[in-house]
Amino acid sequence: MTVTASMPDSESAPLLEIDDLSKIFHIRQGFASQEFHAVDNASFVIDSDKPEIFAVVGESGSGKTTLAKMILGMESASQGILRYKNRVVNDLSRKEMKTWFYHEVQPVFQDPFAAFSPLKRIDSYLYETAQNYKMVENKKETPRYINEVLSAVGLTLAEIAGRYPNELSGGQAQRVAIARALITHPSLIVADEPVSMLDASLRMSIVNMFRKLKEDNKVSVIYITHDLATAYYTGDRIAVMLRGWIVEMGPTEQVLGNPLHPYTQNLKSSIPSIRSSEAWEEKIDLAVIEADEYTRTGCKFAGRCPAVMDICHDNVPPSIMHEGRSVKCFLYDDAVDAEKKRMLTPATG
Amino acid sequence: MGTIIETNNLRAYYITKAYGVERTVKAVDDITLRIQEGEVYGIAGESGCGKSTLLRILLGAYQPPLTVVDGEVVYHFDGEAINAADMTEEQQRDLRWRTISYIPQGSMHVLNPVRRIRDTFHDFISAHRDVTKKESFQLTADYLRDLGLPEKVMASYPHQLSGGMRQRVTIALATILWPKLIFADEPTTALDVVVQRGVIQMLKDVQQKEGSTLVLITHDIGVHANLADRIGILYAGKLVEEADTKTILENPRHPYTRYLIESLPSLDSREERLAIPGRPPALDRPPSGCRFHERCPLAMDICKTDEPKLIQIEPGHFSACHVVEEEISRDGHSVYA
Repeated sequence: MTVTASMPDSESAPLLEIDDLSKIFHIRQGFASQEFHAVDNASFVIDSDKPEIFAVVGESGSGKTTLAKMILGMESASQGILRYKNRVVNDLSRKEMKTWFYHEVQPVFQDPFAAFSPLKRIDSYLYETAQNYKMVENKKETPRYINEVLSAVGLTLAEIAGRYPNELSGGQAQRVAIARALITHPSLIVADEPVSMLDASLRMSIVNMFRKLKEDNKVSVIYITHDLATAYYTGDRIAVMLRGWIVEMGPTEQVLGNPLHPYTQNLKSSIPSIRSSEAWEEKIDLAVIEADEYTRTGCKFAGRCPAVMDICHDNVPPSIMHEGRSVKCFLYDDAVDAEKKRMLTPATG
Repeated sequence: MGTIIETNNLRAYYITKAYGVERTVKAVDDITLRIQEGEVYGIAGESGCGKSTLLRILLGAYQPPLTVVDGEVVYHFDGEAINAADMTEEQQRDLRWRTISYIPQGSMHVLNPVRRIRDTFHDFISAHRDVTKKESFQLTADYLRDLGLPEKVMASYPHQLSGGMRQRVTIALATILWPKLIFADEPTTALDVVVQRGVIQMLKDVQQKEGSTLVLITHDIGVHANLADRIGILYAGKLVEEADTKTILENPRHPYTRYLIESLPSLDSREERLAIPGRPPALDRPPSGCRFHERCPLAMDICKTDEPKLIQIEPGHFSACHVVEEEISRDGHSVYA
């Protein structure tokens, strides 16, 4: 899935282009040093003319947050290229980051109460962002502008003016965090687990808001989560991550409707169903030590995979285009002997 | 099978007084529960509805400002009724972990980071039983093997284990002395689905092995659906509905329960789902009448003034709602469609 053709500038260039992106950390054990690929050869493109919600799902320690940090320019890439509107993000100067990049790309984090200082009034963040990024010509206009932005998340300035974060509910604080991100009129929002701290009932209000922002404000969202149900509900496309790899990627309805990779199948069948008749029959294995899976040669899922073959232990599976999505698994590799494959029946539902 | 723990009209408030301003937060208000021996009882509700406070009272582990102002908690162990409020410290120490156990919220962070897992287990076991290190290691190894945890875990430090494995080790630690009554506070929150499934599996194993009673607190209805036998729905410090799991999921009667269940996204459809409007009330000044009336789409005049009582609408199915009450008195025995 590599995109090699050089892109013509501005208009037709994709919004975000990620090409074989890797982040390598080094773990020191005594004198020995071991490489640790937190993100390993990730590639995908988000188009600029069609806003979309791109969901990234995976269990904790799958490299989701490292990927988000690289997209936000908070962590430099070890290998590969990350382009935003045809500019390589790693090469941007500090000034360009501030005057251009952060106007365009904004983050929303997991815990709104950790994102805001408990000692500062919550509206001050909105004023500061508006003024630092010179979103209004006249200072007197700022409250009106902020109010306008807040209305996009279903709040008014009067509701939050002068209040401290602890006076707001989790859902309200997260809305303010999203409003803060919207102040610069970004084209891309990177939301890292924005609903995992919230109650199920509040989740829907935040997730519905992302849908609305996409429709009304033409904002693309990279929605990082471990919650498959909301990813299915909002995502146009989805990438499933496992120990730094993107193991399956494609349109959400296809990937989650009919998952092909054994790991995606495992994920899907693990969603607790509220129909009690669908309780789980078979047991699953969990990873014991995360670092063991990361440093595994061959397929990283081989230790837990119900369809594992000999080839999986020593060889890295290729990404194969199959039924409209890319899947990183030997089961779909025509070069592998068909007799060895024990195809799994996809999870029903 | 008898009752193992009961509460009668339990009221527990946080009473604070600062700079002459008295504030009373009614976190648990008039709750009567009967939890049967050997069952998994689920307590569900949004954050701030009093779930964790109720648990603290049930455990008998609370300090001012949290005060029990009315009602009582009674344990029934081996035919003996023990009132939680009358226990001496010694009795409490005797019961805790051996008879009553507790899996705290965020329990993957409770393990001592500088001790190997087996040493933590030894500390724990030796505090309650007279064992040598060798005996407690053996006991731990056997128990972990029973629960399907790998041998490797014993010699590891907590930071070497994945989050899900740490959570399972903590559950093993809390249950190694075979308690009769286990409380679990949000045991799967903040875990991803695969790990969550592993943890649910393990809780089920532990509970079924010795037929212990599990009181499970979580806001995640999906977890309740897979684990609980009966569910109590808590709203703003009150029990608003209680029934067996199947009834709650398939035939919920209280408007709040219906919202809770209908707002859940699933992989069946991508149709727009509505969040529950508004937010839970502040418990220092709860709304008059039914505490849900401000957010309720079916609210009538009586809901603003009179508090609905928890009534039995069919055998084993309780609900506290004027609308449901009216439906029943109108149709004799109505079926919600």
